[in-house]
Amino acid sequence: MQVNRRQFFKICAAGMGGSSLAVMGFSPAVALAEVREFKLLRSTETRNTCPYCSVSCGLLMYSLGDKAKNAKLNIIHIEGDPDHPVNRGTLCPKGAGLLDFVHSPNRLQFPEYRAAGSTEWKRISWNDAFSRIARLVKDDRDKNFIAKNAEGATVNRWLTTGFLAASASSNESGYLTHKVVRSLGMLAFDNQARV
Amino acid sequence: MASLAPTFGRGAMTNHWVDIKNANLVLIMGGNAAEAHPCGFKWVTEAKAHNKAKLVVVDPRFNRSAAVADYYAPIRTGTDIAFLGGLINYLLAHDKIQHEYVKKYTNATFLINGDYQFEEGLFSGYDAAKRSYDKSTWSYVIGADGFAEVDETLANPRCAFNLMKQHYARYTPDVVSNICGTPKEQFLKVCEMIAETSAPNKTMTIMYALGWTQHSVGSQMIRTAAMVQLLLGNVGMAGGGVNALRGHSNIQGLTDLGLLSNMLPGYLTLPGEKETDYPTFIEKRTPKALRPGQLNYWQNYPKFHVSLMKAWFGDAATQENNWAYDYLPKLDKVHDVLQVFEDMHNGKMNGYFCQGFNPLAAFPNKAKIGGALAKLKYLVIIDPLATETSEFWKNFGEYNDVDSSRIQTEVFRLPSSCFAEEDGALVNSSRWMQWHWKGAEPPGEAKGDPEIMAGIFSRLRDMYKKEGGAFPDPVLNLTWNYAIPDLPGPEELAREYNGKALADIADPKDATKVLVKAGQQLDSFALLQDNGSTASGCWIFTGAWTEKGNMMARRDNADPSGLGETLGWAFAWPANRRILYNRASCDPAGKPWDPKRSIIHWNGSKWVGFDVPDFKPDSAPDQGMEPFIMQPEGVARLFALDKMVEGPFPEHYEPFETPIGTNPLHPKVVSNPAARVFKGDLEQFGTAKDFPYAGTTYRLTEHFHYWTKHAVINSVLQPQQFVELGEELAKEKGIANGSMVTVRSNRGHIKAVAVVTKRLKALTVNGKTVHTVGIPIHWGFKGVAKNGYLANTLTPYVGDANTQTPEFKSFLVDIEKA
Ligand code: SF4
Ligand code: SF4
Repeated sequence: MQVNRRQFFKICAAGMGGSSLAVMGFSPAVALAEVREFKLLRSTETRNTCPYCSVSCGLLMYSLGDKAKNAKLNIIHIEGDPDHPVNRGTLCPKGAGLLDFVHSPNRLQFPEYRAAGSTEWKRISWNDAFSRIARLVKDDRDKNFIAKNAEGATVNRWLTTGFLAASASSNESGYLTHKVVRSLGMLAFDNQARV
Repeated sequence: MASLAPTFGRGAMTNHWVDIKNANLVLIMGGNAAEAHPCGFKWVTEAKAHNKAKLVVVDPRFNRSAAVADYYAPIRTGTDIAFLGGLINYLLAHDKIQHEYVKKYTNATFLINGDYQFEEGLFSGYDAAKRSYDKSTWSYVIGADGFAEVDETLANPRCAFNLMKQHYARYTPDVVSNICGTPKEQFLKVCEMIAETSAPNKTMTIMYALGWTQHSVGSQMIRTAAMVQLLLGNVGMAGGGVNALRGHSNIQGLTDLGLLSNMLPGYLTLPGEKETDYPTFIEKRTPKALRPGQLNYWQNYPKFHVSLMKAWFGDAATQENNWAYDYLPKLDKVHDVLQVFEDMHNGKMNGYFCQGFNPLAAFPNKAKIGGALAKLKYLVIIDPLATETSEFWKNFGEYNDVDSSRIQTEVFRLPSSCFAEEDGALVNSSRWMQWHWKGAEPPGEAKGDPEIMAGIFSRLRDMYKKEGGAFPDPVLNLTWNYAIPDLPGPEELAREYNGKALADIADPKDATKVLVKAGQQLDSFALLQDNGSTASGCWIFTGAWTEKGNMMARRDNADPSGLGETLGWAFAWPANRRILYNRASCDPAGKPWDPKRSIIHWNGSKWVGFDVPDFKPDSAPDQGMEPFIMQPEGVARLFALDKMVEGPFPEHYEPFETPIGTNPLHPKVVSNPAARVFKGDLEQFGTAKDFPYAGTTYRLTEHFHYWTKHAVINSVLQPQQFVELGEELAKEKGIANGSMVTVRSNRGHIKAVAVVTKRLKALTVNGKTVHTVGIPIHWGFKGVAKNGYLANTLTPYVGDANTQTPEFKSFLVDIEKA
């Protein structure tokens, strides 16, 4: 019986215990691999793509937790998606290190604020952050909005606040960002396509 | 991208990753795919192993792509136009072009305005005071019938073909070698190998990346390559094309969605302030065909624009108010990032948002960027990671020596989720829109970008409702019908940019038939209307989320062609086409140039094949429609008309900091005459007298920009900042491998470990020896790797004249023992 690693997974997922696999005549080599396989077996597999370069390699992410309510998923392993037509399961040294990006000690956890002249961050609530940012934006826009230019033509632009968008963010967040930014009349708007 | 659209009609990689395996020759120049795009480079290896393809690498450094190449030639950084211009000259002189393709599918035969000329480094119409051109002479001769005049015999000296020939006749092998430093025999060897692919059944693919875009003449480097591919008949073919390997995972998507100063989604453009009325605005963007019988797809511009305004402003966009024309800001000029940081530096900006972007590291001249940020009133950072920009105000010793107490900027830092914690789609370099799924919750209180944008916007909108304020109409009327207004879902947003019918759409051929019912998702942009009865937030993405569901989530990797055409995998814009301009893979009669790589063909009644035809499906070959359907003339452009700011033909100009201090072709015009240089920056350019070596930045395979220094494993693999120099220079300067060195430019200095290699060799340029110093970019003062200097401390504040992409690849430095 020829079973590759992914098929083996599927068989396991279908509910066969390790012992019955042995009964089915699996070679000891496969049985030895079970220790590793079972860790992933209890995990949830999610398909994703590498966020680094534009090869956009297919990923399989494995999380512990069963997506039940209140159970927090934790990603424990990321590897290349063998079904993906471009990377066919491989990842480069960047993509192979993705788990360490997800769990980087430098991931930001809380909204923070640095006051003028200060040397440190202070935690603030999301609500405070949103309200205070909205206030700064509105005050600046109301004060500096240009409805008409010197020739009297309607130009409806606002130049004193700018926005840089992320080219690793999804289409959906990029689309929403664009809508919001343009509705405000902003022109100082760019993304990494320039650099 | 600013060069592919003027040439072919769309600004995107023409082919796709897997298709590289079909090439007979792969040219990697202006990129280093083996290190920067490793899993895409796999398809080069595949082409070598299974298609007997040869790999040619032309680069200043014997990089890892070169290490597995069949042939490598060195080149001085910033001189690629001279090299490729010399290649064009070689192809023409040796008659190694695909004649029928060039005649039929390019504007070679088109007659050019009698007043167009090129002399002493300048094209006609130059205004030295404005550093820009009046481009009116860069045009076709238009006949009495309103169509461009052509000469099918190519005898007329004023046809684009002959002007091109004349332009590049100056680029002899000796001239090329003198400018590029490439030994003449090596240049000729590369020419010979490339020339072989002029046969209709041989293709070359070109792979490039930032090594071409990050120059003051970057767009024109790419255009020269595009011209080469047209002459060889390699565009539209499987295994051919000009393949822009985009850097970030969704840089293509954000460009498609128009997140740039002067753009709107789907390559629509914002109005300028001179366009005071809607009819003029829309008419200017709706071209008339320049040759009889052409599809001229942009004639549909009003449909795309009106559908966008309906998507954004719903019922507030009406015929009467010109589809809310006043809601769109009007440009006084393009506010690209270099312009914005110049303004910020001059104290003209108050606020700035950085969403997943680290400008302190990513834009040139770190001192200027940091100084500019310090003049802001407020800065909002939205990022999964603690970036340098978010702490530009903090002292990190020699790496960021600032006095916090004197920086009055208020900074908000908002934690966002990363790829693994969201659902959504990214567009890869091959225009594939691939959906991905969430595998965990973000850490702590971090939120997704849409939720953060919604959180700020909903409060802002409430304030405008309560208080009024400057022109609140677009803010109050922005479409926001999400199930949870503070948490717009990715599915809702994807359905919105795809587009839907707002009223029943009748069949134009039979008004009694309804094609799409009101409220239904559209499956093609061909259904979009200019009367307000459709809404679509990004017309080129139409088809991604239809009544059948999420096409981007499709996962059928079947490849019936054997050529890597997996049409059931994800969704590729436009209309799920995988190879752009694929009509050009067939001869004028509709027969594939090469039956072995047939992707589409004419079956007698329609175009069929393994790919979605990039053509009108029922236009018979004898109807004379040409393959480049986005162009009003139907053909690709060797002569770029007025679409590029520095000329219709690419010309070699030196980097702004040039190691030879002159331009051997025309000493009076040394660098790009149409590039924008701000005053204070001009003074900060250095000269070869003080900074004798060519500096160039590059990337390592273990790191991705400034992100992976936050990841432990990558930081273990490449822990410490280094610079690379050749053995000859090291000997001359007494620098030992592994010792500390200081690298200086006129803008600042960095200290790093010297890595002495055989990969960088001295070149003889214009009678001078030129050494190159290589500077990997991945270090900074935040992360888990060893702290280091931001490499942009050294780089000059000048960009490509068309895109304003900074000149990170060519500048001047000095190096000494630290
Ligand atoms: S790089 Fe390491 S893990 Fe990967 S195949 Fe080679 S030895 Fe194995
Ligand atoms: S794994 Fe490497 S090659 Fe693949 S997308 Fe990520 S960075 Fe690019």
